[in-house]
Amino acid sequence: MSDNYRKFLRTSQLPHVWCPGCGDGMIVKALLEAIGELNLDQNKVAVVSGIGCSGRTPFILDFNTMHTTHGRALAFATGIKLANPELRVVAIMGDGDASAIGGNHFIHACRRNLDLTALVFNNGIYGLTGGQLAPTTPVGKRSTTSTAGSIEQPFDLVRLALGAGFVARTTSFDHKQLTSYIKRAILHKGFSFVDILTSCPTYFGRMNDVAEPYDMVHYLRDTSSPLHDCTCGESDQPKTELMPTGIFREEERADYEALYKQKIAAAGGKRSAS
Amino acid sequence: MSKKRLIQGNEACAHAALYAGCNFYAGYPITPSSEVMEILSYELPKLGRTFIQMEDEIASISAIIGAAWGGAKTLTATSGPGFSLMQEGLGYASITETPCVIVNCQRWGPSTGQPTKGAQGDVMQSIWGTHGDHAIIVVTASTVRDAFDMTVKSFNFAQQYRVPVVLLMDEVLAHMRENIDWPEPGDIEVIEAKRPADIKSYKPFANDEFLPFGQGARYHITGLAHGAEGFAVSDEAAARELKRMVGKVLDHTRELALHDRYLLDDAELAVISYGITSRPAQSAVDLLRARGVRAGLLSLKTLWPFPDFLIREVADHVDTIVVPELNMGQLVREIERAAGGRCRVIPVSRIDGHLLTPAQIAESASAPREPAIGTQGGKVVHA
Repeated sequence: MSDNYRKFLRTSQLPHVWCPGCGDGMIVKALLEAIGELNLDQNKVAVVSGIGCSGRTPFILDFNTMHTTHGRALAFATGIKLANPELRVVAIMGDGDASAIGGNHFIHACRRNLDLTALVFNNGIYGLTGGQLAPTTPVGKRSTTSTAGSIEQPFDLVRLALGAGFVARTTSFDHKQLTSYIKRAILHKGFSFVDILTSCPTYFGRMNDVAEPYDMVHYLRDTSSPLHDCTCGESDQPKTELMPTGIFREEERADYEALYKQKIAAAGGKRSAS
Repeated sequence: MSKKRLIQGNEACAHAALYAGCNFYAGYPITPSSEVMEILSYELPKLGRTFIQMEDEIASISAIIGAAWGGAKTLTATSGPGFSLMQEGLGYASITETPCVIVNCQRWGPSTGQPTKGAQGDVMQSIWGTHGDHAIIVVTASTVRDAFDMTVKSFNFAQQYRVPVVLLMDEVLAHMRENIDWPEPGDIEVIEAKRPADIKSYKPFANDEFLPFGQGARYHITGLAHGAEGFAVSDEAAARELKRMVGKVLDHTRELALHDRYLLDDAELAVISYGITSRPAQSAVDLLRARGVRAGLLSLKTLWPFPDFLIREVADHVDTIVVPELNMGQLVREIERAAGGRCRVIPVSRIDGHLLTPAQIAESASAPREPAIGTQGGKVVHA
């Protein structure tokens, strides 16, 4: 396994805040490997996060990093990218971050198609605040605000991301696939989104009889399935209860910056640097 | 001879932003501020600069903060309901010491209120709206030319002190047209943030030097309590940092205290006003002078940090201070506090969506005290 991710760690800020058995560290490793394999200029990468366990990611990454407000990572990222288009901007969000408080920003970022990469660390629960119900908590699963099991239909974030050009889902357990999807997402010109199913043994696990990190990883494996094994897409109805993983869409269309440059040219202007 | 232009307050604000070098606008349409956004939507692309319409006001202020760290000079404009949504972002801009400008064209009342009626009801919200102790600068404008000048000065303050600056306009000024002297480049000073001499050792919160992302220094920004390097701190270190941040505004109260004085030198009665109300207030002073009352006007342009020293100077020399406002008594409380009992302070409120008239202000100066809702005594007047 390559070791080229270590140079991107801000070692002064280690150890990180995550619990033993948390899936977030595995995602961070995949992200850093992807950035290393793409040979991106460390000075030209910006990582923006919202609030929650995932929000703590940028602290330990040696890039231009910004820990913003709950749900707003994509709005901040939009400003950074438009002000300095040569930056590669990655927005890291939790599932509550992206689809509850930040749901509006998420769907509009997909629609707007700015060249950003959004990664959602989706553990189906609010971890940092102590295990409350998330918009992604499966029906029947327990949380500290749904102790008898959730009665709400969860969001399928892939379906929510209809407007985006690159949409994929995998788990923190499928490390190679995850690294490859993050690379493809960063390379995609336009808005790209990877829904990363991950484990929270501390809250989701303890509340739902999968408290051991090892069992939680197996839970991820056993509750998801490659796209071709699920009926979805055209029929729009999953055949099984399993979460389909894979690449759901990969379509290039003119990104916001390209269209904005045309708008400037039509107005007789020339793109100025900030 | 400079050229004249007949323009609206919102137009002046938009063109002043361009004059100040604004190269990034993000916003969400709202009455009565929308013209600022509409004008910048076609003027910014002509200059190769960025305009984006966001999905709401929370996204708008978040985008301008992000853009500031991307290296842009940034603006958003809104009104009451949008300004309420922006309080979250104002707090983030304050704790991250982000230079940015927020124009609030005030309209009547809470919630939807009366979108096309002017008011001055957002003074306290501008100063204290976001949670926790924080640094912010709040300024106002009373004429169309003033809207131009104060927009440029808002950008200057934001760059100099690395704070969010709120420019309070109102529906009347926003939509009023006046024939103004159009500033040529160089007429109004434009100030840029200080850049660090040594990029390699740059610490984003060590001082007022500002180095955006992507220029070689890799650092961290957070809304958590943080030290010079941007990483979380607590206890005494957090207290020290908060004191420094708030202090960089409060310790410069005198430099920031923009104001106009009119016939104050021999005054026995002072009207202290701000924003659109300074116009009838000046006429009220003329009315009172014609009646033989030695009246004068202190028109405040900077509302925060509050210029206690100016109020004390006036209070030491007059018997009465009259404070007309298009709200139920907001800045008058600061003025009463600063006057500290040195003279009588009479609040005058008008809250029916119309401007105070010179006669109403002048008559209030001699009116007997009567209790008014939300004030310590004084008058609520109507048409």
